Amino acid sequence: MSTTVEKVVAGDVRSVARLLRDIDDGMPGVRQTLKELYPYTGRAYVLGITGAPGVGKSTLVDQMLSHIRKQDKTVGVLAVDPTSPFSGGAILGDRVRMQRHSMDEGVFIRSLATRGHFGGLTQSTRGAIDVLDAMGKDYIIVETVGVGQDEVEVVKSAHTTVIVVIPGMGDDIQAIKAGILEVGDIFLINKADREGADKTLSDLRMMINMDQRRYDDGGWKPPILKAEAVFDKGVAELLEEIENHRRYMMESATGMHFRKRKDKVREELAEMVKNRLIQEVFEQLTKSGEFENAVESIVEGKIDPYTAADNLVLPKLSL
Amino acid sequence: MKKRKLRIMVAKPGLDGHDRGARIIARAYRDAGFEVVYSGLHQTPEEISQAAIQEDVDMIGLSSLAGAHMYLFPRVVELLKELGAEDIVVCGGGIIPEEDIRKLKKAGIKEIFTPGSSLEEITRWVEENVKPRSGES
Repeated sequence: MSTTVEKVVAGDVRSVARLLRDIDDGMPGVRQTLKELYPYTGRAYVLGITGAPGVGKSTLVDQMLSHIRKQDKTVGVLAVDPTSPFSGGAILGDRVRMQRHSMDEGVFIRSLATRGHFGGLTQSTRGAIDVLDAMGKDYIIVETVGVGQDEVEVVKSAHTTVIVVIPGMGDDIQAIKAGILEVGDIFLINKADREGADKTLSDLRMMINMDQRRYDDGGWKPPILKAEAVFDKGVAELLEEIENHRRYMMESATGMHFRKRKDKVREELAEMVKNRLIQEVFEQLTKSGEFENAVESIVEGKIDPYTAADNLVLPKLSL
Repeated sequence: MKKRKLRIMVAKPGLDGHDRGARIIARAYRDAGFEVVYSGLHQTPEEISQAAIQEDVDMIGLSSLAGAHMYLFPRVVELLKELGAEDIVVCGGGIIPEEDIRKLKKAGIKEIFTPGSSLEEITRWVEENVKPRSGES
């Protein structure tokens, strides 16, 4: 076992922080470390918090931290913000709302930038969750970048996904849009003191009720809660519902937990296989110059891009 | 080997509530291609150094306009040392008199930027003087 693995498992903050950086930066030694850490994972409960920009995700996470800490449980937070497509830089500001927890040894907060990854998370999020899990955190909260309609990748990693909306946003058509509505385990209407909260509530309820068939055979029916996170209203209720959902997943006669776990593993493995393939094959193609040659040929009209792609990829696969 | 991205924390220690300068700096760093963790107002040196370690930043940029820099800036350097993170570069900016700058540099603050410094100057200094952590973990 490498010293990094030992230190991470012992909960050493600096080692964890540096390993997360290595994962983010795609350092070559990282895969070996993650392999060795994997046996120590699987204990943490992963919560996904997602929703449009400005709905109050960070403020909500901040309040959740206080509640979870009162139960003497430890928490890791991964807060994602967008990378500028122009400069490649990023301003990661989620921490501002959670800074009061930075002296608490039971809380580890890390800001991550999307670095061009779509779906609301970063390419490193899966690995980062495993690291915080192996570090011994009881809960891991993943706060996605502000998402629109179908950036719901967080569902693949989270045991319970909370969708945060605000009044006025659930407006008629928005609520019908697929994706976000289908993946929520719990809906939270934040800033519920604002006008239109009841309308948003009834819109959401109607949409969820339309899926009634899913719940009839023992499916989980997502609860809809109202909250004012900034005043800590509704946060305790949210944690209760999260606990309910956790219990449901563990105990449901339909084996939801097992089924979801298998789905999760399938999705994750598919993602990893894709990434590995791209990394290996693409690197070879760019290094050998084959890729640029193909670009030239297409530009010169010598070949079509479909054939060019076949010519590049197929020989590599028969290796 | 893949190129590492530079990570910087911009923090405002102490009671001063003016963070426009810090925000503008954060923006300039972002536009230079750095990842900037902004930690917000009214931070203690203890909070700043802990956060910097959790975020694994290469540099901390402290902003102070309220005159307590002679205590706050060196305290961050001290705490990083105690935490075994003296490799994190500490810089400061704000309204800081000439004679204080000398003392602060002696106390381990790598560079001080004053209202006369242009954003280009500051980001160039960072590019030339702060290196993203090398390969080992």
